[in-house]
Amino acid sequence: MLGKLSWSAIPFDQPIPLVTGAVVLVAIIAVLAWITLKGWMPYLWREWITSVDHKRIGIMYMLFAMVMLLRGFADAIMMRSQQAIAFHSEGYLPPEHYDQIFSAHGTIMIFFVAMPFVIGLMNFVMPLQLGIRDVAFPTLNSVSFWLTASGALLVNMSLVVGEFARTGWLPFPPLSEITYSPGVGVDYYLWSLQISGVGTLLTGVNFVTTVLKLQAPGMTYMRMPVFCWTALASSLLIVAAFPVLTATLAMLLLDRYLDFHFFTNEAGGNMMMFMNLIWIWGHPEVYILILPAFGVFSEVVATFSRKPLFGYRSMVLATMAICVLSFMVWLHHFFTMGAGADVNAVFGIASMIIAVPTGVKVFNWLFTMYGGRLVYASPLLWAIGFMITFVIGGMTGVLLAVPPADFVLHNSLFLVAHFHNVIIGGVVFGAFAGYSYWFPKAFGFRLHEGLGKAAFWCWFIGFYVAFVPLYVVGLMGMTRRMQHYDVAEWHPWLLVAAGGAVIILAGIILQIAQLAVSIRDRERLRDDTGDPWDGRSLEWSTQSPPPAFNFAVLPRVEGNDAYWIMKQRARRLGGLSDEPVYSDVEMPRNSATGFVCAFFATFMGFALIWHIWWIVAVAAVGAYATFVVFAWRDRTEYVIPADEVARIDRVNRNVRARVLEQVAS
Amino acid sequence: MSAFQAAADGLPDREPAIPRASGGLVSKRVVVGYGFWIFLLSDIVMFATFFASYAVLVDNTAGGPSGRDLFNLDNVALETTCLLLSSFTCGLATIGARTYNGLWFYGAMTATFVLGAAFLLIEMHEFAHMVALGAGPSRSGFLSGFFTLVGCHGLHVTVGLLWLLTMMAQVFAKGYRPDILRRMLCFGLFWHTLDIIWVALFTVVYLMGAAR
Repeated sequence: MLGKLSWSAIPFDQPIPLVTGAVVLVAIIAVLAWITLKGWMPYLWREWITSVDHKRIGIMYMLFAMVMLLRGFADAIMMRSQQAIAFHSEGYLPPEHYDQIFSAHGTIMIFFVAMPFVIGLMNFVMPLQLGIRDVAFPTLNSVSFWLTASGALLVNMSLVVGEFARTGWLPFPPLSEITYSPGVGVDYYLWSLQISGVGTLLTGVNFVTTVLKLQAPGMTYMRMPVFCWTALASSLLIVAAFPVLTATLAMLLLDRYLDFHFFTNEAGGNMMMFMNLIWIWGHPEVYILILPAFGVFSEVVATFSRKPLFGYRSMVLATMAICVLSFMVWLHHFFTMGAGADVNAVFGIASMIIAVPTGVKVFNWLFTMYGGRLVYASPLLWAIGFMITFVIGGMTGVLLAVPPADFVLHNSLFLVAHFHNVIIGGVVFGAFAGYSYWFPKAFGFRLHEGLGKAAFWCWFIGFYVAFVPLYVVGLMGMTRRMQHYDVAEWHPWLLVAAGGAVIILAGIILQIAQLAVSIRDRERLRDDTGDPWDGRSLEWSTQSPPPAFNFAVLPRVEGNDAYWIMKQRARRLGGLSDEPVYSDVEMPRNSATGFVCAFFATFMGFALIWHIWWIVAVAAVGAYATFVVFAWRDRTEYVIPADEVARIDRVNRNVRARVLEQVAS
Repeated sequence: MSAFQAAADGLPDREPAIPRASGGLVSKRVVVGYGFWIFLLSDIVMFATFFASYAVLVDNTAGGPSGRDLFNLDNVALETTCLLLSSFTCGLATIGARTYNGLWFYGAMTATFVLGAAFLLIEMHEFAHMVALGAGPSRSGFLSGFFTLVGCHGLHVTVGLLWLLTMMAQVFAKGYRPDILRRMLCFGLFWHTLDIIWVALFTVVYLMGAAR
């Protein structure tokens, strides 16, 4: 009846996951109870859970990413503290638990923190920058979000029901095969990534269509903000790379569930094929993450330098070059496989070539800042911190791209330090830059600047204190994922690294405080201009928060920095352009399809993990029925009358006119 | 010619269009079709992964049978005929839907269903036969690759048949509404893509396998 599931799946003998699980469960129940008692459930359902508005979905993605960051960071600090004390001792985490922690840390940080954060930013910002009212497929967008959440739910469930993978963030066979990993851990990993992977793929399809087919009048490709270009490149990579992940994980699932022989040791399996396939997805994946971050920095640096972005065309070209090159370097993840010197040389050189367009970007940002009137607001601090940190990470990356050096450093903590250097210094700093930059657009008030800057410095310093020691011990020969060790020279460095993790923890606490304080002081931090940073692109031309339809009348774009041009003209002419003729706006209706579909997907995933086949069948039928119900809808849009559109837009126009007078006087 | 051409060009859209950069307008039909094409490209990438793994494993027979021992090209020719004909009838169904011709639409959709189901039956028969011979997917890496690649295509056909029935029910219940015609456009693209993949599969797996 319940497959492999029994009471023994609950780890009653392991206090850490059990207590954590209990605390999280109590917290969830408390939040739900609070929301219900306050009577906010209908609001939550109507305005958020069933919303197909790209702005709401974007905000939910980012909130989700931040919550998962706490989980991933809890894993991180456990690993750092374990390695700090596990010199000549077992530490406090038994090996089977420690192995789950590093696997969960990587999986969560990449798939459920970094990915949803950049997808959330793209969701919120891209349609606003393009001057359109929503993405190409709004309901599909909601489905994507909820499937991602479903995957994350399964990963977190593994904490208290069963176990998580002990194979690292990528389940390399033959270790991940049923022979060597007979438990449900790898199955949790595989099914949660299959479910969230579908969500990510649909996002990619949705965004590619949006950027290439929907723009405001006059928004030609070469007038799009660089963030939209990076969103396009990232989405193209999703469309091209994620099917490979799905297929590869499907093959591993077939090996595990139906005794196939794709990656097994025996019967003609080929485990190195898994390495090739997973990294053909895995290398583009890092560019899926970093390219939107590059886009964020391009917007932030231009805005806070009060200058147009230096070298716009070279920036676009570099973005698309990285997009293509990212598919030609995957083998550098396993130079030690033994493909031969020629193959290694080709992939080593290809990897170094990627540094060229990236270098072009760094110089473009520097030249944008050069001669600019810099405003050191917290988004720019993140951007400058990124430039310094990412260049260092890039250089250690080029070093690792040299095959002979890689043979020495492969699987060492030097590698771990390198990819944290580029992912924290690049993606995470980019996410926080975007968060603090667009927060006023999303909510109509700024984040507390002092706490934001303090959080930046904690992250920035904490990063170096935590990861420079890992470079050092990596060069001293320490391999990754060690539960304990007996080399005295490593110990002091690992103590320092644990201290760095504590400094980063302080940064995270400051960020939580920043959010809480900003919400408390929101009236004082209120920005009713909709353009707090004197921005350049179209998202700043509408209100904060933007109305459901984003733009009362689709803006006419006449060049790069579309809104900057509008503001300049208004200043020259001494007034806004004439009031446009408003007409009714049709917007897509809310839909519970995404939520219901993810509900069934969660059950299906859980049942597949525990071999409860009847639930699998019921959930499959349920998911299909959900889509049929959606397809049977007769009314798919609602109309916002022209009067209402005019009323909302006049408020916006009055504010703009007032600001214009202030500037003129 | 003229009636055919009108159908092929698509009837004038009876739906609001979305403004586009060039100053022209892009209709919802174009957006939906374009988006579905992008999805199909991703599906093709997934098949490419299965093709690649099949190519890697094709000689890893682990002492078991190879394609030469197992493939029956007569069966495959029959399967190919069914699938290619079903693509033709699917095209007719698309024209039927665009010209609001119920006879053509339901007739051609039914024919497509029958041909697709026949294809599936032959394939399942082939699979069952191989498993009975002891040449199931767990026999060798080669057979794992074969069953996954061909089976993934078969799974797509199965989903396509389910979609086809849903599509017919929807047209029956709701008529030729613009959103339903857009779904019909996507269904047509999906079905033809399965054909393209089958042509590659037929060549790489069966023809090259039997010749090996």
